[in-house]
Amino acid sequence: MTDAPKVKVLIASPLLSYTGADEVEARGATLGALLEDLDARYPGIRFRMVDEQDQLRRHMRFFVNGEIVKSLSHLIKPGDEVGIVQALSGG
Amino acid sequence: MARKAKQSRSGTVLLVATRKGAWIYKSDAARKTWRSIGPHFLGHIIQHMMLDPRDGKTLLAAASTGHLGPTIFRSTDMGKSWKEAKQPPAFKKQEGGRTVNHTFWLTPAHKNEPNVWYAGTSPQGLFRSEDGGITWNEFSSVNDDKQYREWMGQEQDGTPDGPKMHSVIVDPRDAQHIYFAMSGGGVHETVDGGKRWAPLIDGMEVVGGFDPKTVTFHDPHCVRMCPSNPDRLYQQNHCGIYRLDRPGKVWKRIGKSMPAKVGDVGFPMVVHPRDDERCWVLPMDGQTVWPRTSVEGKPAIYSTGNGGKSWTRLDVGLPKKEAWWTVKRQAFAADRGASVGLYFGTTSGELWASRNEGKAWTCIARHLPEIYAVETAG
Repeated sequence: MTDAPKVKVLIASPLLSYTGADEVEARGATLGALLEDLDARYPGIRFRMVDEQDQLRRHMRFFVNGEIVKSLSHLIKPGDEVGIVQALSGG
Repeated sequence: MARKAKQSRSGTVLLVATRKGAWIYKSDAARKTWRSIGPHFLGHIIQHMMLDPRDGKTLLAAASTGHLGPTIFRSTDMGKSWKEAKQPPAFKKQEGGRTVNHTFWLTPAHKNEPNVWYAGTSPQGLFRSEDGGITWNEFSSVNDDKQYREWMGQEQDGTPDGPKMHSVIVDPRDAQHIYFAMSGGGVHETVDGGKRWAPLIDGMEVVGGFDPKTVTFHDPHCVRMCPSNPDRLYQQNHCGIYRLDRPGKVWKRIGKSMPAKVGDVGFPMVVHPRDDERCWVLPMDGQTVWPRTSVEGKPAIYSTGNGGKSWTRLDVGLPKKEAWWTVKRQAFAADRGASVGLYFGTTSGELWASRNEGKAWTCIARHLPEIYAVETAG
């Protein structure tokens, strides 16, 4: 894990109760590992985004460098920027 | 069998769970004036909030949001501060494994098992915590039992809000004796602490044309055990109101004595804390596409004082017309006052109270979000 890149992560507002900041850093060679690292820093945050079958929750969206990512195995490179947002809708 | 109220009263506390957060209401000793404390978790979907009667201060709240996964929040100071559970209810990871959408029901366990709680989820799952709600694990084999999984059905078999496990009831005389109900999937019982479960559906009716022997067709909406007589259960079902006197195993449809134009369809049911002959229901419109509104827009409570032989309409103070709300299965509760206080929350965000066992009603809060659950505490 220590060799994995530490990258900037933008946090959706509903998760600020965990991080206290809308921008944090986390380390991980994959999106999955990065979310594990986030959970170690901010306990409980991962389960709000990823279910017990390791599926990204239906209405959560993950972006890496502005591109949507739908797999926990997506590789994270040094300098990447990860964005976590809620799916937008009306009503 | 009616027993006398013993306790002196210091007011009632209501735990109100809504689609957009939770509120705590505290009354004066006379239950005439109410003070609101909240919102807690504004914007969270709170399915249920319960006080641990064993310590009188631990609250659990089952929460999720439209986007974020489900969790449990825990307070040990009656809601002044909250901490999230370290391990909320979740099914085990496995091929084809299920995902908890939300925790729907919370039940403190037996008085001799301090810190033990049960939770029912959507989709149907039974969970247990042994540390006051901090960590939760699947309880017994029911979640993965092949037969139970068949009775629970698939997502397609559930209602739009998801199939639910609810009415988890622990016998106050025996911690090993537990009931639960599933919408859909029937009422079930264990007498050995969850090693084995058995359906308890005889006498319950199902939608016309289907076989009542098929467990999965049964849709109990709310099951209550009489505190004064744990051998007596009442049930509000998709198909009527029932009573079961143990050790009997056949439910008796007591809703047949309701007025025909009102019918005996509804969701919530409340039992008297000291009189096992008395309970209350709130019928709804269950015709055609199931409007789930009050019948004809004229809400009323119906009470029986003789175990369901006859029912009395109680609507003094309630809107006389054009009130198209209803009350969900967890949103009707009783306190333990000498004259029992009754409380319900509506789908339109109104909180109603009666200080005289339903004879007259007062609206104590309006404009709340859709109310999912009302429980009394203290």
